[in-house]
Amino acid sequence: MTDKMLFNSLLNPGHSSCAGCGEILAMRHVLDAAGSNTIIVNATGCSEVTTSKFPTSSFKVPWIHANFENASAVAAGVWAALKTKRKILRGSSRFTSGLAPQDDKQKQAQDDKAGKINVMAWGGDGAFFDIGFGLLSGSWERGENILHVCFDNEAYMNTGVQASGATPFSANTTTTPPDTNSFGNELMKKDMIAIALAHRCVYAGTATIANVVDIENKVKKALTLAGPKYLQILVTCVPGWYTDAKDTIKIARLAQQTGVYPVVEFVNGELLDAVKCPVPRPKVEEYLKLQGRYKHLFKSDKGQVIIKKIQSMADENMEKYNLQ
Amino acid sequence: MRKCIEGSLAVAEAIKLCRPAVVAAYPITPQTHIVEELAKFKAEGEADFEFVRAESEFSAASIVLGASASGVRTYTASSSQGLLLMTEVLFTIAGLRLPVVLTCANRAVSAPINIWNDQQDAMTIRDAGWIMLFAEDNQEAVDFHLLAYKISEQVKIPVMVNMDGFVLTHTFEPVDIPSEKEVACFLPNYAPAAGQILNVKSPVSLGCFATPADYLEIRQDLFNDLVSSMEIIKKELGNFKKTFKRGNSELVEYYGDKDAEIVFAAMGSIVGTIKDAVDELNAAGQKAGVIKIKCFRPFPKEEVVSQLSKAKYAAVIDKNISLGQEGILATEIKALVRNDKKVQSFIVGLGGRDVTRQHIFDIYKKVQDNKDGVLFVG
Repeated sequence: MTDKMLFNSLLNPGHSSCAGCGEILAMRHVLDAAGSNTIIVNATGCSEVTTSKFPTSSFKVPWIHANFENASAVAAGVWAALKTKRKILRGSSRFTSGLAPQDDKQKQAQDDKAGKINVMAWGGDGAFFDIGFGLLSGSWERGENILHVCFDNEAYMNTGVQASGATPFSANTTTTPPDTNSFGNELMKKDMIAIALAHRCVYAGTATIANVVDIENKVKKALTLAGPKYLQILVTCVPGWYTDAKDTIKIARLAQQTGVYPVVEFVNGELLDAVKCPVPRPKVEEYLKLQGRYKHLFKSDKGQVIIKKIQSMADENMEKYNLQ
Repeated sequence: MRKCIEGSLAVAEAIKLCRPAVVAAYPITPQTHIVEELAKFKAEGEADFEFVRAESEFSAASIVLGASASGVRTYTASSSQGLLLMTEVLFTIAGLRLPVVLTCANRAVSAPINIWNDQQDAMTIRDAGWIMLFAEDNQEAVDFHLLAYKISEQVKIPVMVNMDGFVLTHTFEPVDIPSEKEVACFLPNYAPAAGQILNVKSPVSLGCFATPADYLEIRQDLFNDLVSSMEIIKKELGNFKKTFKRGNSELVEYYGDKDAEIVFAAMGSIVGTIKDAVDELNAAGQKAGVIKIKCFRPFPKEEVVSQLSKAKYAAVIDKNISLGQEGILATEIKALVRNDKKVQSFIVGLGGRDVTRQHIFDIYKKVQDNKDGVLFVG
C-alpha cells in the first residue's frame, strides 16, 4: 500500500486492542505528546501483546519489550547507555560505540540531541503496583531521568481480570468473586502517588482517559523535568470492568467527577494542580452502576453499606486534595 | 604484565580493559570482589563506565539488557541465588540476541544455605541460550573474558564466564594481565549492527510478541546459531593464541596418557586437581587421562566423543547434580557415548567440600566397578 495514511500518529492503527479500549487511546496520546525522539520500554501486558505481534509493530519509535516486571530496570539500562553515548560524543570518554570523530559543532548538536531523548517505561498496574514494584522503586531511588507511565485499568486484564494492588475496594475480579461469603475485593487500592512522592519523584501525577488534552499536557510538562517521574492514567477496560464500549470515556470522567479517582499533579513534591469536581458532584452510584464489576453491590443491603463506604472514601479525597 | 593477583581482581582488570560502557551489579558472595574493584576503578578515575547499583540481581540483569539493546558494551556478575534470581532475564537476553557478558562466580544453591563453591548455579540455567565457558585457573578466567566480548559481539549471543567461587575468585595466582594496547587490538570498539538497537533515528521494535506461527522458527534460529557459534569460538581461541601467545583453539583439552583406559571428564578448577592425580597415576604406570571441557554451551559433542573413543571407562566428575537423575555433565556425556555403560557419574565438592587427589584416586578405582547409579565422593 503506497497511499498515505489518513491517520498521523506515532502509534499506528492495526493493533488488536478491544473496541472501546481506554489503554490504547492513552498510549497513543502519551506517545504523540512525547514525540519521535522517544524510546519506550514496555512491560508485558495488553499494551505489548496488542501492538507487537511479530513481525508487525504499531510503534514508529524505538520500542523494546523484555519481561513483565522489569520495564523500569531495562529503561534504567537504556538511560545509562544514553549517558555514556553523550560522553562519547563529547569526546570525554575512552568508550566506544563505533562513532566516527566529528568536529566540535557536530558533537555539540548530537550531544544535545542525545540529551533530549525521552526514555519512558510503560506498564499496567500489575507491572508497576505489584510485580515490578521493587524495580520501579530502585529506578526512582537512583534518580534516573525516566518517565514511568502506568496505564491503570485496576486489575490483571491481559490474563483474564485477576485482582492487582490497584484493584479498588469491592470490585469483582476473577480472583475476588463476590458470593455468599465475599463482596468482591476486600483490600484497598495502593496509593502509588504517595509512594512516588516518598521517593522524591520530580513529577507525580494522575489523569484519566476522559481528558486526553490533560494527558498530553502532563506528559509534555513531565518531560521538561530532569529526574524520576511517574504518571498514572486511569484507563477503562471494557472486558475487565464489564462495561459498554460506548461508555469508556463517560466512566473515566465520572471516576474523576465523583472524587473516586483524584486527578492531581505534584512537581518537586508540591501539589500544583488538582482537577475540581463539578457542583453538584455526582454520587459514586453514577460511576459504579455503569460497570459490571460493581453490579453485585446493587443487589443486597450489604452492597448498600459498601456503596456508602465508597462514597465516604470519595468524600475523603475531596478533602485531602481540596477538590470542591 | 605478569603479577600475583587475586582472581576477582584479575577479572576486574580484564573487564576494565574491555571498556564496557555500562556495568550493573548487585552484591553476592563470592562475586563481590569483582564489582567492588570495578566501582573502585570508577571512583579513582581509572574507568568511566556508568556503574548502576541495582536493587536486585533481577534488576542488574535487566539494566544490562536495556543498555545492550541501546548499543553499548555491558557487564554484570553474579553467583548462586543471584544467578537464579536473574534466570527469567537471562532467557530474555539470549532471546533478544544481546551480546551481554556475565561472570558467574560459581557457588552452591540453597537450601541449606551455603556460600561455598560448586557449579549448581550455572548448570541450572544451561538451557537459557548463553554460551557458557568454564575457567580452570585465573589466567583462563581473564582470557575468557576478553574472548567473551569478542565472541558475543560477533554471534549476538550472550556469554557467561564461569569461575569457581573462592577456589578461583579469592585465590592469588600469577596472572598475565595484557596491556590496553594489546586488548584494544584484539577487541576493537563495539559497533552494533544497524537495526539491532534502539535508535531514534532508525526506530525498531525489539522483543515482539510471537504467536505459534513464528515462535518455533525463532527458537530454532537461536539453537542453530548457538551450535554454529562453536566454530567462531574455536577461531577466536586461535586468534587469541596468536595475539597473546597462550591457550589453544580446542574446546575440549586432553591431558595424560594418550592410550588411557580410564578418562576423567570435568569442568573448572577441579581439572587442576585431576591433572595432578593423573600425573601420579601415569607415573605409577596406570593408564589415566582427563578431558577438560572449556565450553559447556554449545556442547562440543564431536570433541568429547573423539577424546573418549579409546577409553574403557569414563569417570564424569560433576560439582552439581540434577536431583532425581545424576551429575549434569554425566548425563550429557552418556547421551553421546554409544556404550553408556562405560560412563559413570561421580558427584564431588558440593557446597565447597574440598576435593583432593585421594578422592580422584578413589574415583579411579570405583569407575572400574562399572556400577549403575550416582556415586557421591568426599
